[in-house]
Amino acid sequence: MSTAAEHLHHDEHHDHKPSGIKRWLYTTNHKDIGTLYLWFAFIMFLIGGAMAMVIRAELFQPGLQLVDPNFFNQMTTVHGLIMVFGAVMPAFTGLANWMVPLMIGAPDMALPRMNNWSFWILPFAFLILLSSLFLEGGGPNFGWTFYAPLSTTYSNDSTALFVFSVHIMGASSIMGAINVIVTIFNMRAPGMTWMKMPLFVWTWLITAFLLIAVMPVLAGAVTMVLTDKFFGTSFFNAAGGGDPVLFQHIFWFFGHPEVYIMILPAFGIISQIVPTFSRKPLFGYASMVYATASIALLSFIVWAHHMFTTGMPVAAELFFMFATMLISVPTGVKVFNWVATMWRGAISFEIPMLFALAFIVLFTIGGFSGLMLAITPVDFQYHDTYFVVAHFHYVLVTGAVFSIMAAVYYWLPKWCGKMYDLTLAKWHFWCSLISVNVLFFPMHFVGLAGMPRRIPDYSLQFADFNKWVSIGGFAFGLSQLIFLALLIKACRKQGEAATDQVWEGAEGLEWEIPSPAPYHTFETPPVVK
Amino acid sequence: MSEQQYEKYYVPAQSPWPFVGAVALFLIAVGAGNFVIESTKGKDGYGGWILVAGLAVLLFMLVGWFRDQIEESMTGMHSSQLGRSYRQGMSWFIFSEVMFFAAFFGALFYARMIAVPWLGGSSNNAMTNEVLWPGFEAMWPLVKTPDGTTTEAMGWYGLPLINTVILLISSVTAHFAHVALEEGKRKQLTLFLGLTILLGVGFLILQVEEYVHAYREMGLMLTSGVYGNTFFMLTGFHGLHVTLGTILLIVMFFRVLKGHFNKDNQFAFQAASWYWHFVDVVWVLLFFFVYIL
Repeated sequence: MSTAAEHLHHDEHHDHKPSGIKRWLYTTNHKDIGTLYLWFAFIMFLIGGAMAMVIRAELFQPGLQLVDPNFFNQMTTVHGLIMVFGAVMPAFTGLANWMVPLMIGAPDMALPRMNNWSFWILPFAFLILLSSLFLEGGGPNFGWTFYAPLSTTYSNDSTALFVFSVHIMGASSIMGAINVIVTIFNMRAPGMTWMKMPLFVWTWLITAFLLIAVMPVLAGAVTMVLTDKFFGTSFFNAAGGGDPVLFQHIFWFFGHPEVYIMILPAFGIISQIVPTFSRKPLFGYASMVYATASIALLSFIVWAHHMFTTGMPVAAELFFMFATMLISVPTGVKVFNWVATMWRGAISFEIPMLFALAFIVLFTIGGFSGLMLAITPVDFQYHDTYFVVAHFHYVLVTGAVFSIMAAVYYWLPKWCGKMYDLTLAKWHFWCSLISVNVLFFPMHFVGLAGMPRRIPDYSLQFADFNKWVSIGGFAFGLSQLIFLALLIKACRKQGEAATDQVWEGAEGLEWEIPSPAPYHTFETPPVVK
Repeated sequence: MSEQQYEKYYVPAQSPWPFVGAVALFLIAVGAGNFVIESTKGKDGYGGWILVAGLAVLLFMLVGWFRDQIEESMTGMHSSQLGRSYRQGMSWFIFSEVMFFAAFFGALFYARMIAVPWLGGSSNNAMTNEVLWPGFEAMWPLVKTPDGTTTEAMGWYGLPLINTVILLISSVTAHFAHVALEEGKRKQLTLFLGLTILLGVGFLILQVEEYVHAYREMGLMLTSGVYGNTFFMLTGFHGLHVTLGTILLIVMFFRVLKGHFNKDNQFAFQAASWYWHFVDVVWVLLFFFVYIL
């Protein structure tokens, strides 16, 4: 181990990049860690996507043909877990790692070593989760929501591994969130006051707060599942005075803020991109900040809208219905602000803007179907059908995932110093846009008609729509390979050199440093006027 | 903000410890998972050994990481801005711990206010009681569960009350130790810090005694229905946190003996003492909601 004095010495000459594998294993650099997070998230996206392909292949036609139902259940479960905890959340954390210090003029994240720890936990956590699929009896098969008693009385032994892998994923998220929040509180350059912060920074600040508040609750939930299954407790067992519905309350107390964890940074990204390509400042900056904060606060009092059919007094159902509908107000503020930003702007349609526009339209569709689901009496019809699947895939795929792609296309030239292959990018956008709608839109219809989710077979009347859904799914999956090709090309530094500003209308500290961003930036804080 | 402008924020060079820490957590998770399966299902395997190996690696990592950290701090590389980062980080960590306990308190309240009364037929659940659990009467503490398991309720007098007094005093001594540090009175600092540690250890010993009493004489066990569950999970996790807090204080004690910490450089000490106060506050809530009510 090097001594402190050597550290100091090191510090003075620090523009050389460490080389070899140690650079990545031992790094404390926010840009390296951001890159690690982003590549990890993308690999997980492909693995989780491959599982979705298995699901769609099985559902291509009615009847059981390809996989055994128990394996189908493992696929839906692990697909969900991977996409939520392995793809979307790490991708946002990666973007935060790369961009937050650059946007607020900080030399690095506030706690660089802990930053690396929170990243390296993730590959191990997912190694455990994925390898549990190969154990005797299979991996987790109770849905990503692991409702008791499916996860307690009726689950297989690998549940113990599932529980501990979720524990360490949670530890990783909490450390990552503490790092982001402390960085934003404590590392802003002089003059970067709260209401001058870019919206991506604001939304991540609030997201980090949500993460710290609810990831421990998830840890509590998995712990109770573990003791109920293995140590004879009865938190979720009526015979001992507990209640399976209690599981749902605890899970969704975590789960509902969790869905905002996966969408608030997306709002931030769109709020960066739309002004750049409209060549106008963001309309209603302050209202955007307040709307984000109100969404976050409301997210703590709406959890039981996931449970309208599982046993609650009517008064509680009404409360959760109205609280949920209230969320559409701040969300509406955001959508209107984005539209107003574009109003009479000099709009150009570069790739990030295309994804941002697709986000605004398609996320709004997901928002509206969410509003439908919020209405208690009609939710009795929609509950646990493909309508719900359509809803959350619109907000998570065309919402969160599209925003991540928009962000990558927006900041990639800054990271690599080269403009990416625009032809491939256009192909990627249009193929994804069309196929994703073929994939998810018909799910609304089969869901309204009563097709239940998480079942490997369905009645014949749903056959036509499901065929189209599967075709859309395969096309969407293949389209992501275009993205993979584009990213590999970009990492090999092929293409035209990008300017420092990259985009004509781009404003903010991240565009004032050279492209590609040097290994260390803002060692002397810039002064923001 | 003005002094911050000229102060250099210390960004550490590469460090192996975070990666070692990730390996440790990997071994712990794999080991604990397999150990739980093996020990409860009577299977053979190496889960326990993997868990022990993971804990050993974690200990190795903590020693190495903290050694680097202490060296940096003692050679004056930490700016006041970095000190703020650490303090804020610790505060948010404690907040996350609060939320962890909140999940278990939530389970306690739900079981007590909703699940058990419903099983006993309140609200619109008369038929649940009559058909599914005939003869079950709602009560708290739940000394007879719907399936007929019986147990005894733990009173608040005796050991729990003594333990409450011990922890409350320990919070005061921890505070006095901090005051002594601020005023540079090293002897008092050592004395009060040592006293806090003794009180913490005393609490843990009495807690073990209470558990033995509950298991042997009262038949109050982890498996005694939702009353036993919430009792042991809440007090058990609290006990684990007291153990961790005591270890932190012991480390601080040895650092104090080595002459570390002064008025301006005392983050680790402060963090340990914040953690201790947090553990005390949780106990007061526990004493109220688990024992008295």
